[in-house]
Amino acid sequence: MSQDAQLRIISALVEHKPGVLYRISNLIRRKSFNIESIAVGPAEIPGLARMTFTMFSDYSRFDQVMKNIDNLIDIRSVEPLEEGNATVRELALVKFSPGPPVTRLEVMSLIETFRANIVDLSPETLTVEISGDSDKINAFIELARNFGVKKVARTGAVALAREMTIKRSI
Amino acid sequence: MSGAQAVVEALQREGVEAVFGHPGGANMPIYDALYDLQSFRYTPLNEKSIRHILARHEQSAAHMADGYARASGKVGVCMATSGPGATNLMTGLATAYMDSSPVVAITGQVPSFMIGTDAFQETDVVGMATSVTKYAFQPLRVRDVPYSIKAAFYLATTRRPQPVLVDIPKDVQQAEDDVDFPEYVHFPNYGPLPDPDPMVVKTIGRAILGAQRPVILAGGGVKMANAYRELQAFAELLVAPVVTSFMGKGAFPENHPLSLGCMGMHGSERTNKLIPECDVLLVVGSRLSDRTTGKIEKFAPSTKVIHIDADKAEIGKNYRLPVVSLVADAKKALQALIREVEAGMMGRQRDAWIKRAQEVVVMAKTELDGNGSYLSGAETIRMLRRFLPHKAIVTTEVGQHQMWCEQHFQVIEPRTFFSSGGLGTMGFGFPAALGAKIARPDVPVFDVAGDGSFLMTENSLATSIEEQIPVTVVILNNRMLGMVAQWQRFFYNRRYSAVHLGRSPDFVKLAESYGAEGVRVNTIPELETAVNRAIRSPVTTVIDVPISPEENVLPMLPPGAGIKEMVVG
Repeated sequence: MSQDAQLRIISALVEHKPGVLYRISNLIRRKSFNIESIAVGPAEIPGLARMTFTMFSDYSRFDQVMKNIDNLIDIRSVEPLEEGNATVRELALVKFSPGPPVTRLEVMSLIETFRANIVDLSPETLTVEISGDSDKINAFIELARNFGVKKVARTGAVALAREMTIKRSI
Repeated sequence: MSGAQAVVEALQREGVEAVFGHPGGANMPIYDALYDLQSFRYTPLNEKSIRHILARHEQSAAHMADGYARASGKVGVCMATSGPGATNLMTGLATAYMDSSPVVAITGQVPSFMIGTDAFQETDVVGMATSVTKYAFQPLRVRDVPYSIKAAFYLATTRRPQPVLVDIPKDVQQAEDDVDFPEYVHFPNYGPLPDPDPMVVKTIGRAILGAQRPVILAGGGVKMANAYRELQAFAELLVAPVVTSFMGKGAFPENHPLSLGCMGMHGSERTNKLIPECDVLLVVGSRLSDRTTGKIEKFAPSTKVIHIDADKAEIGKNYRLPVVSLVADAKKALQALIREVEAGMMGRQRDAWIKRAQEVVVMAKTELDGNGSYLSGAETIRMLRRFLPHKAIVTTEVGQHQMWCEQHFQVIEPRTFFSSGGLGTMGFGFPAALGAKIARPDVPVFDVAGDGSFLMTENSLATSIEEQIPVTVVILNNRMLGMVAQWQRFFYNRRYSAVHLGRSPDFVKLAESYGAEGVRVNTIPELETAVNRAIRSPVTTVIDVPISPEENVLPMLPPGAGIKEMVVG
């Protein structure tokens, strides 16, 4: 992989019907990419879904796979996004099972720092919901490892293009 | 009407004259509907009946449909049952996919309520076909059947032609419903290619008019777009030499003074060496595969490459940096370019460049094997050209004989040369020849084969005899898997591993056992006699030509080498 390899995002508006996800993911597999994350859900138009894929790639291979995806019959439109020009959000559920020497209080302070929410509580466990860009989720999970993490479920990134972008000065 | 009847009527409405297939449990209702049609118990939409040609293996059915499509320019249709029938089709569909040929495959599937249960003869055909088709439909209601078939034909023939599959569960074939046959189908993000962008045409026109040493590289896309005449007119207007990829072979008459033949792995050495000399290379309808360009970094490093293709995903894929690119149908693009440069070319001469290019037009060096007891494969092909009329259609299998055809068989008329260039499918040529003969019963059709390739689909002899489709197979018989053996000679220190085929079968007796004619020839005069007899024969002829097992296809561009680094002997 060449030097301009980075995390790239594909946002595709597609027919919401069986086999479409398979066609796209099969195509991405054929081009030897590893999908970092994938998120699918109904879009604003009934009958259509929006799929968001993220993967590491250099520009030219990414550009080629974008064209291949655009060639697929069930795709309405596809756009390349990156963190600089898009709002990217991910949601994770993290289940903690704090016990000595980690106290619930320590977990709570971590949760507060990251502005996460407790969504389930039991005598032994607590489940936390956190959303944000992928870096934030990564950081949270990294820190959480010290606090008795039991399970992690992540949605994968969803992204929409920003309407106004301010050019970053060098 | 039943789903099966809807299949047949939809095919009739598409003007299908022949389907190539094999029946089985899951497509019996379709075959039953065909039976009705053929015995006129079911009143067809129009008088035109559909001829069914029974293949002896589904792979051959797909190749027949492919050969029909390439020879006619229309869609070739093949049919198979579920499970093994459908999986056998896959090689043929992949072949058509790689060479951009419009084939529609109709497969039977287990009843919809059994899909996913591993029922008898169930395979995930849609899943399997996804990688080798433009699209795969699976209509689950009778009323969806006409739409699926209409859409399959539409998708197969628009933009870049490619195969499409329609997988129909048996209960959908059997069920009765009122059906509508749509006149049009619509896909929101897919439609016919737009006309060439005038701004890009202008830019290309300027680049071409500014060129001192232009070359046109024509690929298979020119043939698929039926842009033969436009290519010739454009080349003559530009006074530019034309080279082709192997898939583009025949896109330009190879006896034309501007023709430089094929470039690539087994192209002409001098043609390959000329490419880096040109200042502008106009690529039309070629994906610039490794077999055409050699190592891409060494391919025309200081040449301005202009890339025209029907598929935007081909631009920048193999050759990264064309100076200009145009996504368009080859025919329309060439028409637009002719209009664009017509005035500017008035009175232009290129004597020096043409003289240089024409020095290149010499026959590729041939190793004429000194072993007197055998004919040379290369010489046999060259002679075959002399004995066959220009209008004769030639198909090939895959291997040494195929590359000798590339080097020594001049293709002169449009739509007369078909080979599996992309996938390289041994066994393609013979069934494709049968399909081509259905499309063009008026011309002789020859399959040039090797003894290894021919055995892959030899049982199509039964089809050719029973269905009375007379073609001729010329087997260059070296008792070897010759191309693999050649690579073992060159790159594996003559360690011949699993390439000896021996003398079985006796191809003359094999042909005769099917009811075909078989003849063995050992001299050029015998070859001429056999070819002339075969052209007139009412049945298929197999001409067995023993050649030396040691003859090489030369020159050769070793894999990974740059375009100027050919091995000549």
